[in-house]
Amino acid sequence: MKVELFIRRFNPETDTKSRMVRYEVEVEPTDRLLDALNAIKWYQDGTLTFRKSCAHGICGSDAMLINGVNRLACKVLIKDLGDRITVEPLRGFRVIKDLVVDMEPFFAAYRSVKPYLINDEPAPRTERRQSPEERERFDDTTKCILCAACTTSCPSFWANEDYIGPAAIVNAHRFLFDSRDRGAAERVDILNSKFGVWRCRTIFNCADACPRGIEVTRAIQDVKRFLLNARI
Amino acid sequence: MWAWILHRVTGVGVMIFIVIHILDTWLIGFGPEVYDTVMNIYRHPIFRLGEVALVGALLFHALNGLRVILIDFWPEAGLFQKQRQLFQVVVVLFFILYVPVAGYMIWDIIY
Repeated sequence: MKVELFIRRFNPETDTKSRMVRYEVEVEPTDRLLDALNAIKWYQDGTLTFRKSCAHGICGSDAMLINGVNRLACKVLIKDLGDRITVEPLRGFRVIKDLVVDMEPFFAAYRSVKPYLINDEPAPRTERRQSPEERERFDDTTKCILCAACTTSCPSFWANEDYIGPAAIVNAHRFLFDSRDRGAAERVDILNSKFGVWRCRTIFNCADACPRGIEVTRAIQDVKRFLLNARI
Repeated sequence: MWAWILHRVTGVGVMIFIVIHILDTWLIGFGPEVYDTVMNIYRHPIFRLGEVALVGALLFHALNGLRVILIDFWPEAGLFQKQRQLFQVVVVLFFILYVPVAGYMIWDIIY
């Protein structure tokens, strides 16, 4: 089938503002949007710029604004998008070129919550044991692939780029609720700050955008309740 | 997202009303004549329609406020599908309560 793609393009060397460019490609309904973008880049216009890597929905490179919602180009099928498709870069970050945005602020927010196991207790002779129930507590938030679809769908983040955003909170949740972790006190300052979880207004755009189906808003709510009851 | 947008719009609307209301109540300090003159302006049909809208804004904001409280304190309500169902409940309750009230108020303006 023939589909029309309207892609928001921006070349920092020649453009002062972005423009919509129309392409026509021949694709199968069961192709993914990424296949259509590749068809353009490989056979029509090699200057079209976008990130991609694994192409199987796990590396988190190709999140973009597709028909007005954040999706992974490698997961969404043409038949679910219709024959007029708009593709734009993620909102809220500086556009470097075409669909490529500057992800550095995103990863800075991610690093700020210390997304790794913190435990100073002497290591036991064997593993740090954990029951299936304890593991289950944070299972949902282990699925994050850091694609930024959630953070860039969040109106609170659009309004204030210093908000650490849903993705950073999801990854804080991953360790806050891990029974082996002792780092809660180190994470509380940033999570409880004015750029932390309290900027969440439970709009639920993040949970809608997550390509991994993480209950992002519920995870943020878990962290809010944790801060409310914390004795640290 | 629509729940949040409506919540914000109705919240700002109610806040604007409260500011106006505080100002008009304050006019009583200038004597009953001034106060009554301003109160008479409110009898204009446009302001009475505004009252109908105000009741709607308050009702939606109150009902959705309860939904937001549930989302804050009941972990289950933080699930995407659950909050969506709760919003549907809010919308249904809103219409059940608002249609008769708004109907009565508009009927009162016309007749």
